[in-house]
Amino acid sequence: MSDPRQPKTAAPIAARVDALEGALTDAGLVPEGYLDEATAPAEDALSPRNGARVVARAWTDPAYRARLLGDGARACAELGYGLPYEESIVILENTETVHHAIVCTQCSCTAWSLLGLPPDWYKSPEYRARLVREPRALLREMGLDLPESVRVKIWDTSGETRYMVLPLRPAGTEGWSEEQLAAIVTREAMIGVARVTVG
Amino acid sequence: MDGIHDLGGMNGFGAVEVERNEPVFHERWERRAFGLNLLGLAVLRAYNIHEYRHAVERLEPAHYLAASYYERWFTAVASLLVEKGVVTRAELERRAGGRVPLARPSVTVGAPAPRPEAAARFAVGDRVRVRDGRTQGHTRAPRYVRGKRGVVVRVAPSFLLPDVAGHGARAPHEQTYQVEFAASALWANEGRPGDTVVVDLWESYLETDA
Repeated sequence: MSDPRQPKTAAPIAARVDALEGALTDAGLVPEGYLDEATAPAEDALSPRNGARVVARAWTDPAYRARLLGDGARACAELGYGLPYEESIVILENTETVHHAIVCTQCSCTAWSLLGLPPDWYKSPEYRARLVREPRALLREMGLDLPESVRVKIWDTSGETRYMVLPLRPAGTEGWSEEQLAAIVTREAMIGVARVTVG
Repeated sequence: MDGIHDLGGMNGFGAVEVERNEPVFHERWERRAFGLNLLGLAVLRAYNIHEYRHAVERLEPAHYLAASYYERWFTAVASLLVEKGVVTRAELERRAGGRVPLARPSVTVGAPAPRPEAAARFAVGDRVRVRDGRTQGHTRAPRYVRGKRGVVVRVAPSFLLPDVAGHGARAPHEQTYQVEFAASALWANEGRPGDTVVVDLWESYLETDA
């Protein structure tokens, strides 16, 4: 029996993609420059730096934090992030007693505008299968050991609403500027698989 | 459909590998595959996002697990464009110089469109149960909450019902909800008391938990 994962005659993936692009281009269906222009935001405007700036503002401005938790989209728009891909966004505030983490078990949905296109680990079958069922063991493996006293709340992005975790601000950052704070906020922390740490 | 994509809670998967300083795209073809999907969705309007998700779900299960993320994108996009008559498989295979694996065909035309409700049926704090709405078509109710009891924690906006839209049919907008399930309700004695999972569900997936 043939192995359907490795069809003997299957063309290399790069050749398959070129074949489709070529067929569509020759049929006049690809506007000039479209593929470069449409994909450029993925490496530029869609970046976890956006979410990091939102987190840093929330850490330094309690009124902004309240607005962010009340209406995430409007508060992101205040900082110039229009969320073109997210019609509904909820910001999940980590506390000393509740830890949030995000997954998409059925595909790999995320808030592109705030977190960027998702990294490979987020899209992996391992993460998608395990986080909802054994969150503590998986997070521990990934370097985040949560105390028993903390409740774990996993958000499965199964619909159209998108999520971003507002991590705990680390000790030792008193008096830091927003720019300094944004620089230490990682995508992993905004997905909920890591803490924000100093140094 | 109870497909390979519906991974939540499956056993047997190992460690999650995090790549430091991961690039957005590892190879040029990944970026092109990403762009071709944007083209199919936004320019050609050959299919909608729900049909795209369903096409990914229809990949041969072994191909699904072995392929990288953007290879799954590519196979789904190529499958939809062949199914919609935009390109032919023969042309793709001639140009590629080899076989181009495609998704398996849909085995159903999808769910009938329910009549839209005038207002949200559930409110925050309501106890609900996930219906056994199993289907061979597209749905976004993950298997692991089927029949499970939870509590509505947020009334979210209305969105197109994927079970209808995923088959290219005219779909109604329907109320969605974030529903919180106790880990112990989902995973029995594996679930730690106090831990929970929140799942985003369309109204027709839910019934009142009497």
